[in-house]
Amino acid sequence: MTTFLQVLLNGLMLGGLFAIVAIGLTLIFGIVKVVNFAHGEFLMAGMFVTWLITTRLGLHPYASVIIVVPMMFLLGALTQRLLIQPLMSAEDDHVQIFATVGLSTAMINLALLIFGADIANTPNFGLRTPIEIGPVRVLTGQLYIFIAAIILVIALQLFLKNSQTGRAIRAVAQHRVAAELMGVNVPRIYILSFGLGAACVGLAAVLIAPLYPTSSNIGTYFVLTAFVVVVLGGLGSIPGAFFGALVIGLVDSLSGFYIGSDLREAVVFGIFLLILILKPSGLFGKRMTLSHLS
Amino acid sequence: MLTLENIDAGYGPTTILQDVSLDVKEGEIVTIVGANGAGKTTTLRTIVGQIKPRAGKISFMGEDITRLPAHEVVDRGIILVPEGRQLFPDMTVRENLQMGTYRKAARDNQEQRLEEVLSLFPRVRERLDQNASSLSGGEQQMVAIARGMMAKPRILMFDEPSLGLAPIVVSQVFDVVRQIAATGTTVLIVEQNVFTTLKVAHRGYVLENGRVVLADTSEALLKNDHVRRAYLGI
Repeated sequence: MTTFLQVLLNGLMLGGLFAIVAIGLTLIFGIVKVVNFAHGEFLMAGMFVTWLITTRLGLHPYASVIIVVPMMFLLGALTQRLLIQPLMSAEDDHVQIFATVGLSTAMINLALLIFGADIANTPNFGLRTPIEIGPVRVLTGQLYIFIAAIILVIALQLFLKNSQTGRAIRAVAQHRVAAELMGVNVPRIYILSFGLGAACVGLAAVLIAPLYPTSSNIGTYFVLTAFVVVVLGGLGSIPGAFFGALVIGLVDSLSGFYIGSDLREAVVFGIFLLILILKPSGLFGKRMTLSHLS
Repeated sequence: MLTLENIDAGYGPTTILQDVSLDVKEGEIVTIVGANGAGKTTTLRTIVGQIKPRAGKISFMGEDITRLPAHEVVDRGIILVPEGRQLFPDMTVRENLQMGTYRKAARDNQEQRLEEVLSLFPRVRERLDQNASSLSGGEQQMVAIARGMMAKPRILMFDEPSLGLAPIVVSQVFDVVRQIAATGTTVLIVEQNVFTTLKVAHRGYVLENGRVVLADTSEALLKNDHVRRAYLGI
């Protein structure tokens, strides 16, 4: 029984980790309607900067949030402004996808150039210390990620629901042309939203860096699962991404323990295929009509 | 107040408007009538900056607005109630109306503004906390108009407000347009419902194949042989 509880708890913690990576991805997709294939590399960039700040300045990794989050916001905003926006008038939407794939490759190679192929270990400042909750144990760093993911989901929902800018963002996501008729500067909302999505993954990077070794290809490791999570939750849905992440985290953990750790990914991606076949709109998916996209 | 001079405009390689000139004076109700595909919607979308004209000039209150992006045109108080309502489907009616106040000049005293606008639309008040997509077509049209009103328009433009509505709802829509004009708001209205619109408007332009073929007072147009034959079926 204790083992089962422990596996369950591991799954939830893993879910929190997937959630915090996936939130920014689903946010960008929901608003800008662009799948950012460089999302994992944004995470990687944030983790490297966290590592630099922690090792060079001797600060607690969490302290680097004040630099990493604004930096990632800027990176996201610039990506939208300089890379995606010029392509938005392209007749073929796929051009934007290729652009973000290209950005991803460029960032991986840039990281190899700067940091080499070695693994960068961020000092963990006790974040890998297990704490005991009754019969089960969890790493403090994992627990903080889980809590941060919940806070981030709630904060984003409150912002989108109650602020003037948040409402404008939703308006653009739901009906771009009508939003323009309300006086919304749509290109600016896209820049802001891409920046916000990237800032979210910046927060994820700060929290993940002390727990996982950073390398140039770490992004691929996390972001593949993030795509599954986003599709399961319903593209563009933030609560969907959160609960989708918990489901995938639990599946990953349970199948890893009871079926075999080699088969975890097979089970996760098997579920991914099943969702695509059975319910492509996901758990929380809104119907995606042409009027949403036009 | 609003002047179009020799406007050519279209989508991609297709030219729709050719040499369109028209003007709307403060406090007037002006209509553009014409058949489906005559270029009525294109005219409104060009005014509001969603289509850039190939030639010609648009000015508003003496300012050249021809090249302004849509959000800046809207910021000057030129508000379009678009064809097909175009509400934000997953927002409540209240949130849709709040979006109307996004324009800087409309941000103050939102609550008071909401009360004023809702006094024109009692049905909308009952639906405030419902999702916009759950309303009937007529209710959605009222919300779209109310949303336009929330923006404190200096000129309010309607694109086919009666399209797809039941006859009784159509007359309600025109009542609302009349009431809005009575408060001093300038109105430019595009319609296929020629007779009713000319009854409401002061002046009208007849658009055929992207060109203005007639421009006159509503009374004169209602008596015009061409208009009677082509649009009124008399």
